[in-house]
Amino acid sequence: MSAKPLKDPLELFDIASVLTDEEREIQSTVARFLEDRVRPHIGQWFENAHFARELAPELGKLGVLGMHLEGYGCAGTNAVSYGLACLELEAADSGFRSFVSVQGSLSMFSIWKWGSEEQKLQWLPRLAAGEAIGCFGLTEPDFGSNPSGMRTKAVREGGDWILNGSKMWITNGGIADVATVWAQTEEGIRGFLVPRGTPGFTTQDIKQKMSLRASITSELYFDNVRLPDSARLPLAEGLRGPLSCLNEARFGILFGAVGAARDSIQAAIDYADSRVQFDKPISAFQLTQKKLADMTVSVGSAALLAVHLGRLKDQHRIRPEQISVGKLNNVREAIAIARECRTVLGANGISLEYSPLRHANNLESVLTYEGTSEMHTLVVGQAITGYPAYR
Amino acid sequence: MNIVVLVKQVPDTAAERALSEGDHTLDRENTDLVLDEINERAAEEALRLKATTDAEVTVVSMGPDSALDSIRKVLAMGADRGIHICDDRLQGADVVTTARVLAAAVRTVADVDLVLAGNAATDGQASAVPAIVADLLGLPQLTHVRELVLDAKRVRAERETEGGETTLEAPLPALVSVTEKINEPRYPSFKGIMAAKKKPVATIGLDGLFPGADDTGFLVSRTRVVEAVPRPARSAGIRVVDDGLAGRQLADHLIARKLV
Repeated sequence: MSAKPLKDPLELFDIASVLTDEEREIQSTVARFLEDRVRPHIGQWFENAHFARELAPELGKLGVLGMHLEGYGCAGTNAVSYGLACLELEAADSGFRSFVSVQGSLSMFSIWKWGSEEQKLQWLPRLAAGEAIGCFGLTEPDFGSNPSGMRTKAVREGGDWILNGSKMWITNGGIADVATVWAQTEEGIRGFLVPRGTPGFTTQDIKQKMSLRASITSELYFDNVRLPDSARLPLAEGLRGPLSCLNEARFGILFGAVGAARDSIQAAIDYADSRVQFDKPISAFQLTQKKLADMTVSVGSAALLAVHLGRLKDQHRIRPEQISVGKLNNVREAIAIARECRTVLGANGISLEYSPLRHANNLESVLTYEGTSEMHTLVVGQAITGYPAYR
Repeated sequence: MNIVVLVKQVPDTAAERALSEGDHTLDRENTDLVLDEINERAAEEALRLKATTDAEVTVVSMGPDSALDSIRKVLAMGADRGIHICDDRLQGADVVTTARVLAAAVRTVADVDLVLAGNAATDGQASAVPAIVADLLGLPQLTHVRELVLDAKRVRAERETEGGETTLEAPLPALVSVTEKINEPRYPSFKGIMAAKKKPVATIGLDGLFPGADDTGFLVSRTRVVEAVPRPARSAGIRVVDDGLAGRQLADHLIARKLV
């Protein structure tokens, strides 16, 4: 047995043995890109609430944006590869993973799945290349877990639509070139593509955040925004439209959370090995070992669950409640791990020089967005008992 | 146009590297193996030339089964095909044997215009293989190149070594070895990674390259590692705090060591 500490807690599980060469290559390419381009700066970006937009074309060149979609300039990888990319992105920072999730799984997926051929040709190649940024407006100030009550409304006027309302907590909102916006209509909920600069469409970034500081979160306002019928996503009818997109994004999150947890544990293992108290490294004390052992067991289980769900998704067999199981467990475990890692780092743990508290703060958002942990608990509860307990 | 790029898989320079106990050859069991970073730049240069000249790029590597990973990496970056020379008898091959094998592999590619290599690999650092390959192939060699320009029939290169800078020119075909200053290699794209699986890689053994050659005659390694010792740990050095007398302290230090 090596006397050196494990560099990566997932080595204990030999996760790599259940991945293909191609999946490993994609994962390591993303990891290397982030090591070169993001990790040296991420602490400062978080501190300064800076989103490094200039990285979008570089992520596009790699093929990260909309990577699991087919055609229109997208790479067309399998779901497990997409998950592994999210894992590495979130190991760097949840803000970057959020950017990629929203771009690929919400903005691009909504167009890819529900859009017309013209809409796809107009937007997907530019979004895939990172030349354009997309966002996704579903949540409103008064409607989060209950999107069916949304107040944003689109009314027909002649051949056009008039859009009024607002959206809240929209990742990429302030920098988006195109927003996928969901609104009530007489026929039910419909989706619209609203380009930046459309008269009446404005955004305001949400400042003073304590989480996801390296990504942009905004409010969107629609004041008598006139849209042609060609702006409507023709195939989306009802709440199924936006919910299908959320399932895509949640899938990325259940991998991403594993990355944040792994990175936190790596920081804790490394620190505990070098921090000497009472004449020995604190990693040689039983209490620290219990923390590290419990966290490693937890992150390994989360990673195996993620890969399992990824395989189900690649076989087109995954059910929404299974995604809820993954998102609920992996994010809940990740935030507990990040917080526990902070305790291993002692006072140094509150410094931005180390990642665990940054991850913990980021995961506060991740725990809530894309379906709160409470809602996912109730989805699982319904799957088990047959009783919906949301209302 | 045909470009051949020679690459080697080496232990990751970021990780701890070790030699095996018995013959002091590389311990591959306990090391992370990666595409050599200078060779990666040779590959990048080949791909940049491919973009402007529509060349076909063949990547050649000699090494055990794992070396296929490095070939796939260059294919993922955009090269067209690979040749993997894999033979247990090549374990521990020295620079001359290596160069003979690589030269023989280059000869299997028709109408080669340019052979690209790194000026060294980060493991052995003998820096001799490209020159020997050029000699064996009878090609002009332009080594230690930090800038490269190609036109239809000629290659011009800026050569930079500790000795100075020179501009070299040669007719094609030629061999060019590059330094790490020549470019920043690209990351393989996901599309490239997926496409790499479908690109052809020919695996050849010694018998394929040297039919009828007598093993014992061919495989004489002219060098052998007798002993290997780890570099001694660096000592802390002397810290001089300038309280007005630092200049004198430095002078005394240098005089004591007979350095001035």
